[in-house]
Amino acid sequence: MTSYKIYIPRDSSALSLGAEKVLKTIESEALKRGIKLEIIRNGSRGLFWLETMVEVETPKGRVAYGPVNPADVSSLFDKEFFLGKKHPLSLGITEEIQWLKNQERLTYARVGITDPVSLEDYESHDGFKGLRKALDLKSQAIVDEVTESGLRGRGGAAFPTGIKWQTVLNAPSDKKYIVCNADEGDSGTFSDRMIMENDPFVLIEGMIIAGLAVGADQGYIYLRSEYPHAQAILNEAIEIAENNGFLGKNILGSQFTFNLEVTRAAGAYICGEETSLLESLEGKRGLVRYKPPLPAIEGLYGKPTVVNNVISLATIPIILDKGAKFYADFGMGRSKGTLPIQLAGNLKQTGLIEKAFGITLRELLYDFGGGSATGKNIKAVQVGGPLGAFLPEHQFDTPLDYEKFSEINAVVGHGGIVAFDDTIDMSKLARYSFEFCAIESCGKCTPCRIGSTRGMEVIDKIKDGVDQEKNVEVLRDLGETMVHGSLCAMGGMTPFPVISALNFFPKDFGLEKTET
Amino acid sequence: MLAENKIEKIEQHLNLLKDKPGALLPLMHAIQDDLGYIPEESYGPISKALRLSVAEVHGFVTFYHHFRTKPAGKHILQICRAESCQSMGSENIESYCKEKLGIDYHETTKDQSITLEPVYCLGNCACSPAVMIDDEVVGRVDKEKIDELIEEAKK
Ligand SMILES: Cc1cc2nc3c(=O)[nH]c(=O)nc-3n(C[C@H](O)[C@H](O)[C@H](O)COP(=O)(O)O)c2cc1C
Ligand code: SF4
Ligand code: FES
Repeated sequence: MTSYKIYIPRDSSALSLGAEKVLKTIESEALKRGIKLEIIRNGSRGLFWLETMVEVETPKGRVAYGPVNPADVSSLFDKEFFLGKKHPLSLGITEEIQWLKNQERLTYARVGITDPVSLEDYESHDGFKGLRKALDLKSQAIVDEVTESGLRGRGGAAFPTGIKWQTVLNAPSDKKYIVCNADEGDSGTFSDRMIMENDPFVLIEGMIIAGLAVGADQGYIYLRSEYPHAQAILNEAIEIAENNGFLGKNILGSQFTFNLEVTRAAGAYICGEETSLLESLEGKRGLVRYKPPLPAIEGLYGKPTVVNNVISLATIPIILDKGAKFYADFGMGRSKGTLPIQLAGNLKQTGLIEKAFGITLRELLYDFGGGSATGKNIKAVQVGGPLGAFLPEHQFDTPLDYEKFSEINAVVGHGGIVAFDDTIDMSKLARYSFEFCAIESCGKCTPCRIGSTRGMEVIDKIKDGVDQEKNVEVLRDLGETMVHGSLCAMGGMTPFPVISALNFFPKDFGLEKTET
Repeated sequence: MLAENKIEKIEQHLNLLKDKPGALLPLMHAIQDDLGYIPEESYGPISKALRLSVAEVHGFVTFYHHFRTKPAGKHILQICRAESCQSMGSENIESYCKEKLGIDYHETTKDQSITLEPVYCLGNCACSPAVMIDDEVVGRVDKEKIDELIEEAKK
């Protein structure tokens, strides 16, 4: 009997929309009809308005259907979807879907295509090629390749990865560490989660290469506690890598040893800040450390440590495989390469878009996003998480580029974009920014710990019409104090969303006259 | 007083993890995953085994939102309060849950079935508003979905 190959994603966003029920229904319907299926649990392609997206292998390539709900399954069988035939939910050849076709997937090359925990799939799709090349290189040559690629940290601060690695390589020590920051706390972001759930080997490979480059033999993935699926998949992938000679002693017959472990975080946003993260990994409260010393010199247990975001590390394999120039040829200005952008919030078409730097917000929001989900006007977007400024419509033509964003007091950050329609009250969002800061502050600096609560009170007063002029001034002063008197970006950047909301949407604060 | 078997379990986790670097974090997870919370009675034995003061152990547990020092209900319902979910009306979901369950955040229903907690992003922002029930994320929730989840949890 012929068996038909069907793909049903196991990504947790797909699961959150019922992928598991779709799977069960397809299985039982196939049994009932005596049709033999080979079901692969792939990752998600990242088109979340179409999840659960079911794919079928055909001679012409993979064909997609979506969004599939359990109630659609019977009719899919009636129309013989397993042969790739037409159905009202047909999306055509997956690779030809415009949303995917218009992307440049480098870091995400395999995501959605492969079975995340199949080593065979990984290797047959260019997996471990970067590591094999790196094993033939001297440490300095690996670091040079990363430096020349122009890769900048994707966790938020956009610091050049090659320079960080050089510092750790140069630091003499008997012990060094690679720490992956997988605390992904920014609202509107899920690109780390998707890599870990949908292509965990690429992160593992990137961390091994980092170890080779700087001379570290131990890695930790500090994973946020809200990601249990990612934890299970990472642990499964690590075990497979160990059993196949990619982790542990004498990796691929070399003299190199590297061990890797997942540590589960415990729900504190501040532990995404790298020094707070290191404290937490050491089994302490996540209080931010003073810098210097940099973690690259004195990091985990006082040893030289590379701390990198998931996406930074997961981009290393393709840089080593295809070369620094290949990667650096994407992008604009000093923002080289591609960014996995996450479209979230009130948009018709949300999901993951990997594009070269330079694409504008407007293109992302309308060409990819299809406008707001509610059909109303998009009033503002927040880019770069809870510490990123709100951008009004007249800034939507800004290209995604670290420097261009910084010119307008905004940040690209981890590449999350959250859209709000015109029913949103921006003063509420501003108040929430302070509230979030008050909840998540590590408590070390007064402007952050106390200022955030004060900020909420001042916004309440402004909205109640109490001494508006004076209180607007108090709010701006408070913002200045926090920017200048905070040890880290938690307190230091909370004023950005607040003040941008106040500047661009004064009416929402009950202020008649327009500021700025 | 803490039941004998709980003390025994805590000792077991301690023996397994006490020599690990950074032991406190995995240890607290192990205890909470096993017992559902971290009993304050555990601070003594933990501080002795890890050579910390009781105050340090207490400070550690209270720093992290994930850890609880009181037992929770049978299920934990976390509602995402962060920006992306706000943009899709999570405020209505919050108030609906509170009203329907008759509790506020950090509280447990009288029948001990559900504890309600806020959470700040579940990485499911492409499917906002999102909630999490135990280890499962649920996306694009509306009142009907919440009704289903609560009914299921009360079974
Ligand atoms: C409050 C705060 C939260 C942060 N959260 C994260 C996070 O969740 N993930 C992350 O990779 N970086 C986060 N960062 C940035 C890290 O401090 C650090 O810059 C980053 O991990 C370095 O890796 P990269 O160079 O690869 O970006 C945060 C910073 C601050 C100030
Ligand atoms: S700014 Fe806030 S979070 Fe950052 S170190 Fe100071 S108190 Fe801690
Ligand atoms: S903001 Fe709610 S899941 Fe991310």
